Amino acid sequence: MAELKNSITEAVQQKVHDRILGQICADFNNDKHRMMDILLQIQNRFRCINAHSMETVAALLGCTRVEVEGVVTFYSFFSRRPKGKFTIRLCDDIIDRHAGSAKIAQALENELGISMGETTADELFSIDYTACIGMSDQAPAAMVNNIILANLTPENIRSHIQALKSGVSLEDLVEEFGSGNNAHKKLRSMVNNNIQKPGDVLLCDISNNKGLEKALAMTPQAILDQIIESGVRGSGGAGFPAGRKWAIAANTDDKVRFVFCNADEGEPGTFKDRVLMTERPDLLIEGMTIAGHTIGSEYGLIYLRGEYAYLKSWLEHILQQRRDQGYLGKDICGVKGFNFDIRIQMGAGAYICGEESALISSCEGLPGEPKTRPPFPVEKGYLEHPTIVNNVETFCQIPRIIDQGASWFYGMGTAESHGTKLLSVCGDCERPGIYELPYGIALDELMEMVGAIDVAAIQVGGPSGQLIGRNGFKRRICFEDLPTGGSIMMFSTKRNMLEIVEYFLDFFIDESCGFCTPCRVGNVFLKERIDKIRKGHAVSDDIDYLKELSNTIIKTSRCGLGQTSPNPVLSSLDNFPLIYSALVKESEDVLETNFDIQGALEESRRLAKHRSYIYDPDFSEE
Amino acid sequence: MAVKRIKLKIDGKKITAKKGQTIMQAADDADLYIPRLCDVEGLRHQGSCRVCTVKVNGRTMASCTQPVEDGMEVENETQEITDYRRDLVRMLFHEGNHLCPICEASGRCELQAMAYRLGITQPTKFPYLQPARSLDASHPDIALDTNRCIRCGRCIRASQDVDGKGVFGYVGRGIHRSVGVNGDNLADTNVDISDQSVALETCPVGCIIQKGVGFFNPIGQRQFDNALIGDKPNGGHDDEC
Repeated sequence: MAELKNSITEAVQQKVHDRILGQICADFNNDKHRMMDILLQIQNRFRCINAHSMETVAALLGCTRVEVEGVVTFYSFFSRRPKGKFTIRLCDDIIDRHAGSAKIAQALENELGISMGETTADELFSIDYTACIGMSDQAPAAMVNNIILANLTPENIRSHIQALKSGVSLEDLVEEFGSGNNAHKKLRSMVNNNIQKPGDVLLCDISNNKGLEKALAMTPQAILDQIIESGVRGSGGAGFPAGRKWAIAANTDDKVRFVFCNADEGEPGTFKDRVLMTERPDLLIEGMTIAGHTIGSEYGLIYLRGEYAYLKSWLEHILQQRRDQGYLGKDICGVKGFNFDIRIQMGAGAYICGEESALISSCEGLPGEPKTRPPFPVEKGYLEHPTIVNNVETFCQIPRIIDQGASWFYGMGTAESHGTKLLSVCGDCERPGIYELPYGIALDELMEMVGAIDVAAIQVGGPSGQLIGRNGFKRRICFEDLPTGGSIMMFSTKRNMLEIVEYFLDFFIDESCGFCTPCRVGNVFLKERIDKIRKGHAVSDDIDYLKELSNTIIKTSRCGLGQTSPNPVLSSLDNFPLIYSALVKESEDVLETNFDIQGALEESRRLAKHRSYIYDPDFSEE
Repeated sequence: MAVKRIKLKIDGKKITAKKGQTIMQAADDADLYIPRLCDVEGLRHQGSCRVCTVKVNGRTMASCTQPVEDGMEVENETQEITDYRRDLVRMLFHEGNHLCPICEASGRCELQAMAYRLGITQPTKFPYLQPARSLDASHPDIALDTNRCIRCGRCIRASQDVDGKGVFGYVGRGIHRSVGVNGDNLADTNVDISDQSVALETCPVGCIIQKGVGFFNPIGQRQFDNALIGDKPNGGHDDEC
């Protein structure tokens, strides 16, 4: 009888489950291109996406279960097994590690009685590590579901856990709010902006919509001319001239075009887009709206990284406000026929989605794999239509250029890098945070500004950038010398450079999409050899091996991730050769120094209960 | 109207190509072999194994996906490119568990044949990852020994595009990326022994195995026993490769 009752309950639960799945899919018109939104809803609702859910979704969307599984298993915020009601993701960035994240992990493990990667038996808590969540200036930090906890200490994480255990709601967990709009009722976040140095383009006093209003009185060609003349280049790191990108899209035959904003700020150590979206959301949307007018697009999309989910309702509030004010939607600013609107697409934990074609794949409901070029996204992007993808900062610069004039912007910076750059400075310095500076600032000038004393190395441009030593501190931040998407990490003389290099390789191993052989496999081999060097087992041949392998990875990888992933190895070899030479031994007997004969003999020694006077270092006759 | 031919050079040899062709297609038409593993005739180009990497005007690119352009100077079998290809083929060996002497695909395996073509006889440069991978013998006619899978995705494309089924698909990310099946196991899918996705020529290695037909060719008569992959047994180039 009890069994029958159980099976009836199960059947009822299954029916309810299926009805909810059906509703979620129906909310997105059973459109498989909205797979990300559908899976995020399922994950939030059921805390997992199990085989049954995948099968049901596949049937409703008209695709195969293995296609759904491909998406579920690609993004780190999806899980096939149930997560806790509160999923705590501790940021595992190198800066957070240096700031003591291991102690936070220890406190979490002790408080909850589980290890990282596990879920409590009552399914209340899950604890995991996650890649950089964009809070390096207030590390260590973690996410609890969508809430950010910054400046963690073992004490405050314990009291947060106790509060949640005692029934405090997630919304009420944060009691003190951060600076600026972080305290706005639509944001209510403890995150701080840490704007240390406002510059002349983005973080000064700006009145909204002046750029847009000017732009709407101009022809698209006149706007393009201004943007090209201003010399503005993409702020995401690659630095492609924005005007040229827009011009290509504007000149395509396809009349359906898209304006995408890349807010997947995943490069470890970068957080400037987070601050721009908090403090300059109108400017961002204004820039996208100008782009819509310029390239002839009605559809905008902001791809917001899963780690910034706490910004979603804030941005939606701003979007709605702008619709209400007539700055978004139909006949914008009374210009008949100029329609443009924006939706937010959430990511789900995948660094590679910051690569523009991977971002487009993700928006199409696919795993975040880059696409084969050609065709380029500006010719054939989202759903095969021309799509411009620009960084948050780039879009914010556009209205300022239109308002203040191309020559004003062109006049700032260096010969090939114009305007200002928002730098996210973190690590070993007194004043981490955001610095808006004209391109061309030298590293030593920046060090003085941020209060970086006793710095041994600066990582410019995140893991895919360059590790610069003291002999390079006169180098300048600009496309001609040291380009960066914004990440500047300061490392003091106390830090172990090879630990940093190994951490960066771990990051690329975790974040490689796995599509192409060199990036999928080669990075694992690079890390193995760095590990060998750190253990003191390497010989000079290993240095040649690292260089050769790096070259193969760079030359044969399909996208920018693989083409830059060996940079931590190569730039540390270039700038810190002494560290390597101190650790690399020359083998006297031509045998491999990494062969650990004691380790190899240990098991047989144990089994044989017998010791050798030749091989046992501590052998004695007694 | 006469179609304008595109002129390019591969390793110094002048060839012509049609607009829209890839470098690899143009090379194939000219009877010049560019090594490849994930690309196979009849399936859409993927460009993931990177073995077909060539150098064009100083830049490396995958020849299976790169369209031809007038005036391209393509470097194919140079020392530099061969070194890259060796590393890539080694990576594929070391990523999985490839035990040629006990593998029934030995002698017709494209990975093994590519190693021989590139002069790799001892793949020992890199560490062996020795992953724990599964064997799926659930299906009555077909077995999957994923130890040997090189993630080329030929079965995936064959199932989607030729069979119209979608039996296989990529799952996971990074080094954990693998080929999954559309169900709990292969027996749970609608795969059939007559499908192109499980045809012997689709899987370049010994991952997809047809039950009951192992080791069907004696040593000496296997596909690559008498000529390198890409070469014809008489010393020319093999048309089907």
